[in-house]
Amino acid sequence: MNAPLRNSRKIFDFHGGIHPPENKTQSSGQPIRSVSLPEELVLPLNMHIGAPAKPIVNVGDQVLKGQKIADANGMVSVPVHAPTSGTVVAIGPHPIQHPSGLDAPCIIIKPDGEERWTALHPITDWHKCSPSVLITRIREAGIAGMGGAGFPTAVKMSLKEGTKIQQLLLNAVECEPYITADDRLMRERADEIVRGIKILQYLVKPAETLVGIEDNKPYAIEAMRGAAQGTDIQIVVVPTKYPSGGEKQLIQLLTGKEVPSGGIPAQIGVVCQNIGSALAMHRAIEFGEPLISRITTVTGDALSNPGNIEVLLGTPVKHLLNESGVKENRLGRVVMGGPMMGFTLHTTNIPVVKTTNCIIAASTNELPEPAPEQPCIRCGSCAEVCPADLLPQQLYWYSKTSDLERAQQYNLMDCIECGACAYVCPSNIPLVQYYRFAKGEVRTQVAEQQKADNARLRFEARQARLEKEAAEKDARRKARLAASKQKAAGVAAPSVDVKALKAASLEASSAYKAAVKELKAAQADDANNVAELSAKVDALKAKADSAKAAVRDANSGAAAPAAPSVDLKALKSASLEASSAYKAAVKAVKAAEQNGDDNVAELRAQADSLKAKADTAKAAVRDANAGTAPATVAAADPVAELKKAVGEASSAYKAAVKAAKEAEESGAEDAAALRSQADQLKATADTLKAQLRDAKDAAPAATAPAPTSAPAAAPEKDHTAERAAKMKALKTSYNMLNKMLKDSNAALERAEREGSDNLDAQRARVEDVKRQADAARNELNDLVDQAKAGIRASGSDLKTMKLEAARTESALRKKMKELDEMKKSADEERINVLYQERDLLKREADIAANALKSALEEQGLTE
Amino acid sequence: MALITVSSPHTTKKGNHTGAFMRQVIYATAPGLAALTWLFGYGTLLNVCFAVLVAVGCEALFLRARGRDVSFYLSDFSAVVTALLLALAMPPTSPWWLILIGTAFAIIIAKQLYGGLGMNPFNPAMVGYVLLLISFPVEMTRWIAPHEAPALSDSIQIFLGQTNVDAFSGATPLDTMRTWAGNAEQLSNQPILHGAFAGEGWEWVNAAFLLGGLYLMWRRIITWHIPAGVLAGLTAIALPFWLFDSVRFADPLFHLFSGAAMLGAFFIATDPVSAATSRNGRLIFGALIGVLVWVIRTFGGYPDAMAFAVLLMNLAAPTIDYYTQPRTYGHKAAHRGASK
Amino acid sequence: MTTVLIAVAALLLLAAVFGGLLGFAAEKFKVEGDPIVEQIDALLPQTQCGQCGHPGCLPYAESIANGEDHNRCPPGGEQTVEALSELLGREVLPLDAEEGADVGVKKVAYIREDECIGCTKCIQACPVDAIVGAAKLMHTVIVDECTGCDLCVEPCPVDCIDMLPVTPTLGTWTWHKPDGIGLKSENIIPVVNV
Repeated sequence: MNAPLRNSRKIFDFHGGIHPPENKTQSSGQPIRSVSLPEELVLPLNMHIGAPAKPIVNVGDQVLKGQKIADANGMVSVPVHAPTSGTVVAIGPHPIQHPSGLDAPCIIIKPDGEERWTALHPITDWHKCSPSVLITRIREAGIAGMGGAGFPTAVKMSLKEGTKIQQLLLNAVECEPYITADDRLMRERADEIVRGIKILQYLVKPAETLVGIEDNKPYAIEAMRGAAQGTDIQIVVVPTKYPSGGEKQLIQLLTGKEVPSGGIPAQIGVVCQNIGSALAMHRAIEFGEPLISRITTVTGDALSNPGNIEVLLGTPVKHLLNESGVKENRLGRVVMGGPMMGFTLHTTNIPVVKTTNCIIAASTNELPEPAPEQPCIRCGSCAEVCPADLLPQQLYWYSKTSDLERAQQYNLMDCIECGACAYVCPSNIPLVQYYRFAKGEVRTQVAEQQKADNARLRFEARQARLEKEAAEKDARRKARLAASKQKAAGVAAPSVDVKALKAASLEASSAYKAAVKELKAAQADDANNVAELSAKVDALKAKADSAKAAVRDANSGAAAPAAPSVDLKALKSASLEASSAYKAAVKAVKAAEQNGDDNVAELRAQADSLKAKADTAKAAVRDANAGTAPATVAAADPVAELKKAVGEASSAYKAAVKAAKEAEESGAEDAAALRSQADQLKATADTLKAQLRDAKDAAPAATAPAPTSAPAAAPEKDHTAERAAKMKALKTSYNMLNKMLKDSNAALERAEREGSDNLDAQRARVEDVKRQADAARNELNDLVDQAKAGIRASGSDLKTMKLEAARTESALRKKMKELDEMKKSADEERINVLYQERDLLKREADIAANALKSALEEQGLTE
Repeated sequence: MALITVSSPHTTKKGNHTGAFMRQVIYATAPGLAALTWLFGYGTLLNVCFAVLVAVGCEALFLRARGRDVSFYLSDFSAVVTALLLALAMPPTSPWWLILIGTAFAIIIAKQLYGGLGMNPFNPAMVGYVLLLISFPVEMTRWIAPHEAPALSDSIQIFLGQTNVDAFSGATPLDTMRTWAGNAEQLSNQPILHGAFAGEGWEWVNAAFLLGGLYLMWRRIITWHIPAGVLAGLTAIALPFWLFDSVRFADPLFHLFSGAAMLGAFFIATDPVSAATSRNGRLIFGALIGVLVWVIRTFGGYPDAMAFAVLLMNLAAPTIDYYTQPRTYGHKAAHRGASK
Repeated sequence: MTTVLIAVAALLLLAAVFGGLLGFAAEKFKVEGDPIVEQIDALLPQTQCGQCGHPGCLPYAESIANGEDHNRCPPGGEQTVEALSELLGREVLPLDAEEGADVGVKKVAYIREDECIGCTKCIQACPVDAIVGAAKLMHTVIVDECTGCDLCVEPCPVDCIDMLPVTPTLGTWTWHKPDGIGLKSENIIPVVNV
């Protein structure tokens, strides 16, 4: 063995470092061997840094060797594969490799011993593939950093655009005592490692490639030098010192550069990979094999057969120890990892994972119980050996007193927890535990601070919301107060008019009373002008009544909403008066005819005109009646109403014509007046006829007589289907917009918390989305209403629809009355509730009315 | 069989124990102690034994009073080292009560009351020494001339305070230098000033302590920074002044090998608890001790200045640490001061 | 004598000049509001629980700024007392908590859904809106938002809310502090042969 241990390349040095006894010869003499299949394989879902993988198999599934059983969960994650064929017996918590001893979700497979492989897809000509394809393959193969950290390799390889890598470093240093896995790997599989390095070179395109190996592995150096001959891979030998194998220290050692605190090596143009990972990449790409096994050094005093084993992932440590001849009664400590940075296992039932490079089954002689902590004598040995050039002493003092701020000022978070300081401390102080405790406290504090800030934001938002609600209630109450004040002011104005009208009415009624007296006197005297007088009486009565009506109108002018009913009453009374006047006139005519008076024609004409008046009054009453439910029968009734009006007008006209004719024949004085009256009535009748014609023309367009109702119903149905489709589309679009709104709101909150720059843009976006969502919702509501109306119109017959319309209408009126009552009390809440209910009912009533209208239009004006 | 579950690292350096650390220091004083005994008699040896007894007793008493595990805390030998260094610094003619007061004060006031090992800001041995020097200046400056050591029985008598000591006292080179500084004629007449390379007799004491100190450095008990700083500082300031006026000021070699220079440089100033901790800080600490030693020796009121110099720099040690932190890996500049 | 007069005059002049400057600065650079209140509030744990006697953390911050003792916040614990002492330059007082108050133990509310009657009283009581629910519908606690302030337990008419301690998970587990001088930090757990 005469490979020179010196390099042509200059190497640097890092500060500090220790030289613990190596203890490597126990396990480095024998080649890598395999062990039998264990009873079960336990695969934790978090064998790497990042989010735990998600299982994609179920209990009871049969899996093949290399089959993916858990998928990567997010960007920084890797999948998990079945190490051998078998059955999934459980997916659940199981003790895992962690110093806490806590459980974590695992997939437990019972091997069937057949080792059936799943389909593999090697890429033999990988230099023709794009790097992203290879990186995806690496990720899918589940490769994580196998030197002990477990960072997903694919993420490390995915460099940002424009990153130029100067050096690709391969970490074959293996500085920790006891571990010889990489040593044996290099001795036996150097060619495959070099092929893996070539893949790395293709992905990273570095200016130079360096493999760092410690000088305590002469055979490995020779093997690697031989395999790398003819390539541009440089094998660099570094002096044995712990912790040369730490990524940061190796970079400083080989390149002299320092990774900035909190940064990654890619920032200084360096990529560092363990050679075990390089080998795994080679297997993954050129053979298509996922990462399902690794080389683990199993060593320690308590074993009779220490060495390196190619272990299937998930093999319980217990199995490995048994296969290496463990003497249970000598077991004092089981360490997963090296003696400087590994963690103890509280049970041997824990599985081997992707980052397990060593298992030390130590007796109490070899790794004795820790000595009690003595006071720190401030000797400074710890600062001498710290590879990160920290002041461990100061960190110790501040961690001990939980002075986290000061500890962080002394760069606590830069500690790589290598254990060199605790190794040399003469007082046996567990320094690394102090730093781990302090780091945990810092992280907890940061998390708590974030939670407190979040709680404060929520609290303030809640306060704001409560204040806003209170302010709104206040504003509403004020508005109502102002409105009621205004109303009270509006009532006072018409009183003056009322007074005048009242006076006129009094006059009219007194005149009427006088006329009555006169008539009575005339009747008693049996005078000639009885008929005259009685007619006069009637006329005066009508006048008096109309005056009274006017007064009543004026009085009720303030209460406008109740107008229809008042009008109705007035109209009714007017109509009654008109008809009574007419009847009186008829009586007078009859009397005159009996008496053979001259003015019979006159009187007859008068009676006719009074009839006309009475008829119009009746029509007005009917109109008013119909007017209170304008929406319900507005469409259909105008036609019928118009018909009636036309009929009445024409009869009145005819009567007037007759009266005029007779007056003309008899040569009465007011024949001209009567003739003009008749003309007027004709005009009225004509206009009414024209209106009727128009209404009739309009109606058939909207209505469809029964035979054609089917085609109308068909477009209606199509319309319904169309509308349903439109509604569905609107619903989905509204849901999407709602989700977008929520997302953009959340993004805005996050941006506000982090204080990012584009807050305004975010806010604008949120507003936009909100607007769209609102528009969609309104449209949707309209369609829903239409649909409801459509359903009602098509589903029920006319009578029920009319009933429905009437019912909703009356319910609405009742609610409004209730509301009026409630307005007197100041119960804000109740009033608001009633407002809402009233609005609901109004909408219902509108829907029913529209439905009835459309139904009537559909089915013609049947009555 | 129970499995131990503890934090890493799972292995430590062989023989890691504060007691082992301190014992090495004790072994390293052996040459110096031998030289002192050879030159000045058994006085120092008696002082050492008695001081150790007093120190351990006081410490045990106080640990009991504080409710601590006595044997555990005594096993770190720190009381022994304190007593040893104090006794080495004191004159061989010291009566027993002087030792008692000094040691008790050093252990109880300067160490235990501050919280025990690792908590004291001042070097306990030097605190005790300064207390005695200021309170009992006569007894503390009564040295024996070299090669005129009293016999063992006389030493014991002196120790017990029963003999008139004046018969044995002599001056030290530093005393002589102080008395006759500036007087070239007198200086050339003092035999004590003209030993092989420095003051007579005392040069061998210091050489022996130098040997012990080198041993400690070889065993990595101490680092080179403080001793090198002290010696370099002393030389650096003595040299120009001596070149300027060699009659008034002694030469650097004289300073380096007289009084407690070597004892101070390798054993006293290197007391880790009260010294600075960072590398640059230690250099500065040592250098300033050297400078102060020269200044006080030349211009001050006491012949030997090691104790005062060390105590003054103990005061300054935290500030020195504050401003001399190393630059951590991955950071651009060292962290100076406590600003965020 | 003249020197004395000159000295006096000079001092008077200086006093006037500087007094004027100070007055001007006091007006021109006056800070509206008291930023110390916000700084104090930033150190309080924001559980809005009311154990300090004030309705929320901000009112307590204001009264601290006005001179009240700063040691009345049990959820903040010793850490908060020390931080406040440092900020305000006051001495560190021992925590003024009632007997039996759980200082520093993190708790989260949990509603036993079988017994919940949907009365919304707890929802109205929660200062950070960490309870989801509506009238006559199930109520449940959003664990991530719950600060453990205890205010929901009292209003519940069927007493169906428990305060459970937060258990560590793999994500939240941390190493505990070593035991100290004279003691060994070790756990000895028997080998479990599962």
